[in-house]
Amino acid sequence: MEKPNLTYINQLARGDKAIEKELISVIKTEFPEEQKDYYHSLAVKDFKKIEENVHRLKHKISILGLEKSYKKANEFEHNLRENSLKGQQDFEKILIAITNYIETI
Amino acid sequence: MNCIIIDDEKMARTILKTLCNEVKSLQLIEEFSSAIQAMKFLNNTKVDLIFLDIHMPDFNGLDFIRSLKNPPKIILTTSDPKFAIKAFEYDFIVDYLLKPITSSRFEKAIAKAEKMTVSKNVTSLPSEKTTTKDIENDFYVNIDRRLIKIDLPSIYLVEAKGDYIKIKTEEKEYTVHSTLKKIEEKLPASLFLKVHRSYIINIKKIIDIEDNSVLIKRDVIPVSRSKRPELMKRLDLL
Repeated sequence: MEKPNLTYINQLARGDKAIEKELISVIKTEFPEEQKDYYHSLAVKDFKKIEENVHRLKHKISILGLEKSYKKANEFEHNLRENSLKGQQDFEKILIAITNYIETI
Repeated sequence: MNCIIIDDEKMARTILKTLCNEVKSLQLIEEFSSAIQAMKFLNNTKVDLIFLDIHMPDFNGLDFIRSLKNPPKIILTTSDPKFAIKAFEYDFIVDYLLKPITSSRFEKAIAKAEKMTVSKNVTSLPSEKTTTKDIENDFYVNIDRRLIKIDLPSIYLVEAKGDYIKIKTEEKEYTVHSTLKKIEEKLPASLFLKVHRSYIINIKKIIDIEDNSVLIKRDVIPVSRSKRPELMKRLDLL
């Protein structure tokens, strides 16, 4: 499985450490909240909300340079529109990988 | 150009803020996590450019665009390329940026916005006359954080219900947190009349009048003694 990275954040910050720090801080705060929202929507089987949660998480996946995972998340989001949970396991593996990664940055 | 950002995701707003700070000609004056907050701000402040996320819960970017009476330039931001087509539906939409937004793509969009002339406001909107007519013919109510458009002539009755009002139209009923006094100010006096402290009626929808009540659709509405002369005056009597 591909590994998350900070390439995009570094490019955006153009060497400005304060910007890098701010962007990382936002991702470290917002990602766990979004992940929590996702699992809550999943528990109550609110497909519309799950789709919204996945959509938001997708952006974090792309920011962390996970191109293949982004495609999987996109497919999962489309399946949710059809009230299908196909792709859930793959999506949740991505969430675990990101959770582990952001603890290291 | 002064600009605002509308995006429900903090990360997206932070990225856009970073990108805006890189461009000297751009002055970011505010950022919003919801389109409804931004609409309130725009009632009092003129902006040149809006960075607008399309995919937001409750009141999304497209709802927001449709609600603008005098839209500034807009750059759409989206994770979903299928929404790109929306960029070509309105003249005031300068460009769309696919997330995650890169510096080079952002700069291109800003260059396009700077080249766009002010005349876009004229071409993108219906004529002045039509706009005025639209304002008279509809208004928006806030229900469960959604702004819903209601066609004024379709309203036949507004009823006070404690802290709420019930708006009845040909098709639907809406319960809105407001007062009869507030909605009375928005309704055209040529069409509507407050006939009782709890009721405003559309006089064109009256089916019959009997002593101190009127029949509108299936609702029998009381008419205050003090309001009866005005009501009678407004009706086309043979």
